[in-house]
Amino acid sequence: MLSAELRQRAEEIVGRYPVARSALLPLLHLVQHADGYLSDDGVAECAELLDLTMAEVGAVATFYTMYKREPLGEHLVSVCTNFSCAVRGANEVYARLSETLGVGHNQTTADGAFTLEHAECLGNCEGAPVVSVDYLNYECLDADAAERLVGRVASGDAPAPTRGFVPPGVRAVQHRLAGLGPVPGSGGPGVASDQARAADGAVPVRDFGPGVEPVTVEPTFLPGHAAEREEAKAAVRDQGQDPDAVEEAAGPQAREFPTTDPDWEPSRGGSRDGSPHDHGDDDPRQEDQADDAGGEHGGSGRPPEPEEEV
Amino acid sequence: MVEPVNVLTQRWDIPDAHTLEGYLDSGGYAALRSALDTAPADLLQMVKDSGLRGRGGAGFPTGVKWGFVPQDTGKPVYLVINADEGEPGTFKDRELMERDPHQLLEGMAISARALSSPRAFIFLRGEYLWPGIRLEEAIAEAYQQGYLGKGILGAEFDFDVTLHYAAGAYICGEETALLDALEGRRGQPRLRPPFPAVAGLYACPTVVNNVETIANVPHIVERGVDWYRSMGTEKSPGPKLFCVSGEVVRPGNYEWPLGTPARTIVDESCGGMLPGRQLKFWAPGGSSTPLLTAEHIDVPMDYEAVAEAGSLLGTTAMMMYSHKTSVVEAVLNWTRFYEHESCGKCTPCREGVFWLAQVLQRILDGGGRDEDLQTLDDVCDNIFGRAFCALGDGATSPIKSSLKYFRDEYTHLIEHGRQPDGIEAHAGVVTDNSGRHRPGPADPTTAPGRPGSTKAAAT
Repeated sequence: MLSAELRQRAEEIVGRYPVARSALLPLLHLVQHADGYLSDDGVAECAELLDLTMAEVGAVATFYTMYKREPLGEHLVSVCTNFSCAVRGANEVYARLSETLGVGHNQTTADGAFTLEHAECLGNCEGAPVVSVDYLNYECLDADAAERLVGRVASGDAPAPTRGFVPPGVRAVQHRLAGLGPVPGSGGPGVASDQARAADGAVPVRDFGPGVEPVTVEPTFLPGHAAEREEAKAAVRDQGQDPDAVEEAAGPQAREFPTTDPDWEPSRGGSRDGSPHDHGDDDPRQEDQADDAGGEHGGSGRPPEPEEEV
Repeated sequence: MVEPVNVLTQRWDIPDAHTLEGYLDSGGYAALRSALDTAPADLLQMVKDSGLRGRGGAGFPTGVKWGFVPQDTGKPVYLVINADEGEPGTFKDRELMERDPHQLLEGMAISARALSSPRAFIFLRGEYLWPGIRLEEAIAEAYQQGYLGKGILGAEFDFDVTLHYAAGAYICGEETALLDALEGRRGQPRLRPPFPAVAGLYACPTVVNNVETIANVPHIVERGVDWYRSMGTEKSPGPKLFCVSGEVVRPGNYEWPLGTPARTIVDESCGGMLPGRQLKFWAPGGSSTPLLTAEHIDVPMDYEAVAEAGSLLGTTAMMMYSHKTSVVEAVLNWTRFYEHESCGKCTPCREGVFWLAQVLQRILDGGGRDEDLQTLDDVCDNIFGRAFCALGDGATSPIKSSLKYFRDEYTHLIEHGRQPDGIEAHAGVVTDNSGRHRPGPADPTTAPGRPGSTKAAAT
């Protein structure tokens, strides 16, 4: 239930939008701030504030990952397990935290200190593997560092995250997500550092450390792929066909080898003259571009579909 | 030789660039001043001429999109910033907002002037707490000093900005789903037409643009169309932030002109692949774009060339993986992502992606069957082009492309029940059953209905 003061703030949120219902997502964050989860009372209160039914609010509440139907622990620990984190050890991190805390995904420790979840891409892939506590990100943690981090948070000695401030608890953060700024006395403006530091538990990735020279990109081929490639080359030689024509006939989707010379191997130093990927003066695509320039968006009867990322 | 550029990231080295003072000291809001002296139609023309294309994934020309907005409806025009960055591997908007929030606000004010829009919303991904705080502070300062609000900088132009935290749903990056979420509904995509330009937020004309798209606008206005077009290619002009992640030495955001070869970005900015690791497969624009192989590493990173190579530029989230990494594991990881994020509105995506994940899990667990690859192919074909929005199409991209280039790895798993030699395990894919994945019988034909679905059993 919202306190009288929060109720007033809730009405303030509703007033920010031209149509009241737009305030629903922020209000649900506010309920989580007040109750630590989406309580039935909170859902009812949102419904009343926005003149909706409880079913309508419930439908929205169950759609979004950040709304929890069970009481959250004091801190929410999210481990990104999407693939760029996974290749740097995120699955080990998650497994270790799950073992240390003794809980699984979306479960809360018996003492109510932590809720653990594995999260989808947290948008911090340059700092993989990433663990966020109350949505504040700690970068480049291995399993040991993650365990130490949780230990320090539990003992009230949390280190600063890579950017932001010491996690104030997930309920305080929900106050911000409702659009109401910080809870007085919780979580200051904080620090913003560029890179995770060793002192924060940042660890080098496997096979990488001081004194090791990086290698440059070298193409590799799987045996089957190489066979396909040889087959294509042989076809070109046998039929005396122009590789461009072959590629054209096969369509752009079928472009398996980016070269006009069947024996050309990709090598260090960029593409060479005549490669279809080279933007030279004799690039056939330049002509296509000139042809298409006028007609692409103007010719059809209905407007082209303005589409954004999904 | 292509050189890196320093446009969107020009203030990233300035420690206080996120404050109004730091932004002004480095020449900020000059473009807004000049835009306030320019007629809206001229601003629109400038953006059209610049050739700026949407940076959210689809690459639609921004000026053309703005041109669809009718100005005579009697309704307000809304500007909505899509900051719901969720595509796996993408983190460019996060850093743009953290380090230079005023650049976005200035771009928004100029765009609003061009569109005659009185009101904008920044639809921010809920997990982006720190970028949100930076934006909150920037918005407050901008209001205080008259860069937002009534009569901006003394001109007859009012413009209000509201920051709106979302609540964690990848689908809200799709612009019509975003509008539904912003209206306080489940974030499910809408049928088009009508397009948002005609009937978007509250059925009013609406422009939805990505953060990076709008961040380009002040630079176009300040330094001109010719300068802007000096970067990139004829059809894909301008600078671009490339988010490189995976098994490279220095993952991160790097700004290069569009059309820069992928190899140049990975070698020069990221220091190449990690020692002892060779590039095997990579996604040029997030997990929704078809995978490419090491052979494609010289592809110029612009919309046309990447499409010609058989993929999509997407969000330019380049995820680079080595010969020690299992492509099947990567594909299953992403398929689980789409399974979790499918909004459930249309059947092909809701059911199809779920089954794809089951079959992939079976293959990876060593129980693959000979017909599984055909099943994967068929299910993908039944999703692609039949789903309500692009999420379903995107879900099939890694599967179809990996079957094309790395079929051997699938067949090896099916035949031998284990990974080929030299593949490093990443301790499996997280399938904690209290959450998104509930292990059922391995055989899909006898599996019970999906938890929570109304279907009792598959057969």
